[in-house]
Amino acid sequence: MFKLLRNQKVRNALLQALYVGALGALVIAGTLIARQNLAAQGITSGFDFLFKSTGWDLGFSLLPASANDPYWWYFIIGILNTLFLGSFGLALATLVGMIVGLAQTSANDLAKLLGRTYVDVFRNIPLILQVFFWYALITHLPPPRSAHEGWGMLLTSRGLYLPAPNVGGLALLAASLAVVAAIVLPIWLGRTSLLSRPLGQRFSVQLAAVAAALVCAVLFLFAGRLPDSPLLDLPSLQGLNLRGGLRIPPEFSALVVAIAIYGGSYIGEIVRGGFKAVGKGQVEAASSLGLTPWQVFTLVRLPLALRAMLPILANQYVWLMKATTMGIAVGFTDFFMITALTINHSGQTLEAIGILMAGFLAINLSLAALFNRINKAIALKGNQLRG
Amino acid sequence: MEMVVVAPPASGKLEDLKRRFFATPRQAVISLLSLSVIVFLVWKLLNWAVFSAVFDASGGPDACHAASGACWSVIAARWRIIFFGLYPYEEQWRSALACVTVVAMTVLSCIPAFWTGRRIALVWGVGAAVFYVLMKGGLLGLGFVGEEMWGGLALTLFIFVTTCLVGFPLAICLALLRRSELPWISRTTGLIIDGVRSLPLISILFTFAIVLPFALPQWLQGDKLYRVILGSALFFSAYQAEIVRGGMQGVPRGQEEAAMALGLSYWHRISRILLPQAMRNALPATINQFVISFKETSLVIIVGFFEILASGNAAYGTGEWRFAYVEVYAFIAMIYFVFVFSLSRYGAFLERRMSVGER
Repeated sequence: MFKLLRNQKVRNALLQALYVGALGALVIAGTLIARQNLAAQGITSGFDFLFKSTGWDLGFSLLPASANDPYWWYFIIGILNTLFLGSFGLALATLVGMIVGLAQTSANDLAKLLGRTYVDVFRNIPLILQVFFWYALITHLPPPRSAHEGWGMLLTSRGLYLPAPNVGGLALLAASLAVVAAIVLPIWLGRTSLLSRPLGQRFSVQLAAVAAALVCAVLFLFAGRLPDSPLLDLPSLQGLNLRGGLRIPPEFSALVVAIAIYGGSYIGEIVRGGFKAVGKGQVEAASSLGLTPWQVFTLVRLPLALRAMLPILANQYVWLMKATTMGIAVGFTDFFMITALTINHSGQTLEAIGILMAGFLAINLSLAALFNRINKAIALKGNQLRG
Repeated sequence: MEMVVVAPPASGKLEDLKRRFFATPRQAVISLLSLSVIVFLVWKLLNWAVFSAVFDASGGPDACHAASGACWSVIAARWRIIFFGLYPYEEQWRSALACVTVVAMTVLSCIPAFWTGRRIALVWGVGAAVFYVLMKGGLLGLGFVGEEMWGGLALTLFIFVTTCLVGFPLAICLALLRRSELPWISRTTGLIIDGVRSLPLISILFTFAIVLPFALPQWLQGDKLYRVILGSALFFSAYQAEIVRGGMQGVPRGQEEAAMALGLSYWHRISRILLPQAMRNALPATINQFVISFKETSLVIIVGFFEILASGNAAYGTGEWRFAYVEVYAFIAMIYFVFVFSLSRYGAFLERRMSVGER
């Protein structure tokens, strides 16, 4: 026996089996005890509860939802809400971060000071405090009767009311796709080799494409408008409440603003790092070739800086996506809050936690995969690599 | 060939200013724009926070309604609840002293003379013990105060310190296990680390506070506070383990091989050769991780703890001070800022110092 233990291979195998076995036993024991405890409370384990109706309402939902809907539908709504909040927050945070990062890398000391101060102030205050602050600020706005007004928008303690087009959902989708096409088409036309026209002389083609796409968008909007109503549905006061328009609830706007400002300070630092990574020789070479400062920026500095920042940016995006779980602090029904509510109402603790973990794993992995692909697609190849 | 000698620009103050901010029309526009933004913000902020603010608490909330600026009297009236939460009034000096202990501990561990494993462990161990005795009492003639009465800054600091105390050794263990040569051990540990890292901290805190009691036998459940600390320590250690592992990868392979050739045992190799060098490499990232985890202690409010953010909510949430939420949040933000900013500045200083040594 002891002789066997002295054998390195046997010892290694034993050690590994012990480690994995102990961890596995811990998990299995926990699960068994939990099932027993839950069964004592009259809760049967399993995923059957997903098909029962929930019996409680959601505060915020992109898709129609009522208390009669089953749990699986609520989980889908939760994931959609998280992605919706995340994409708005990420887009705005990137915008803020770009501006702050550019200010920090600017040759001007005053602009640098502004960018530096922004980063130092907002990066060092916890995100959840900022969420609470913006939420308190919005809910302390005047009530609907004395709302701030401007450009057809209303700012009240019940949220931000925007004018909304009176257009069917499908037509709205088509119109927004057309707007996206108006942005993507000219970029594609400027690079593709399918056109016989040389690369530098495609401005008129691009202009025509943009115009066509925008005309399509307007046509879709008019074709899909609801009968007997004005094209724009303006919010207005009726009695003590506001009618019409599109309401953005305070929970959502507080979260988006907080994520944009906090995330912007981190992304600002990433952008600064990216621009710092661009070799000085590259910039000097570009300007000595006679490129204008704008050309140096768009053709040399920005593309190189983007490549340097993308991997770190991907990590930051994953982090910010996870930060949407702060929704529970102000009552925004994101994926995590729906999980917590499910546990409260149905008692299906283990299953709900499992779904939460799987959901976040899926979101994070797909974000990482997306960025890996982008990274590979734009990485410098072959002889471009020289610094 | 004739050399063209350009006279150096006149070195007056005005010339210097012109060269720095008004070299080109574009620069001038940026300068003026930034300057006006800075002046506007500084003026607004000073006006709000100092010139037209109310500092005197004697006027009560009514004095604030009359003024246009900040109402700092809410802090004067409610600072005890923000700092100490529900801690018994007569014993609050203990809570204050405990906070001072943590600050002293942090300052001590920033001094290079304490950067040996034994000394740093001693500082943090003794500091945490003093903190615990001061807060909880029941010893040395101090009255007993249960954890459910703890709150405010002291609770925030307690969660932070215990998270680090539990999380740091755990992180080193996880990092060592992950770089183990035995494939099953390293793979399983990698799975745990990556799994924890992919989850939001709130969901882990929630699991440990509310779900874990179901999965544990009665005698193992413990207090909710310690379960949450365990969860936050696990989260911290998953991130810190990757940082430590990164530091270990920076240690040249030859170091360990030389140690092996000298016949050092595994533990000596790790504790005398590998870890000291790895920790040195990982120091800036480690301080960054401390900063992040200090900010993240504020998340325990979601599982129902009365830490500084919650006590701030309570400070303005009741009746007469409802309007003064901006001042309370600004005050708490300043407390966080002081801690976090000084730590991160220290991290930046260390990074500079260490990069000098490597040159």
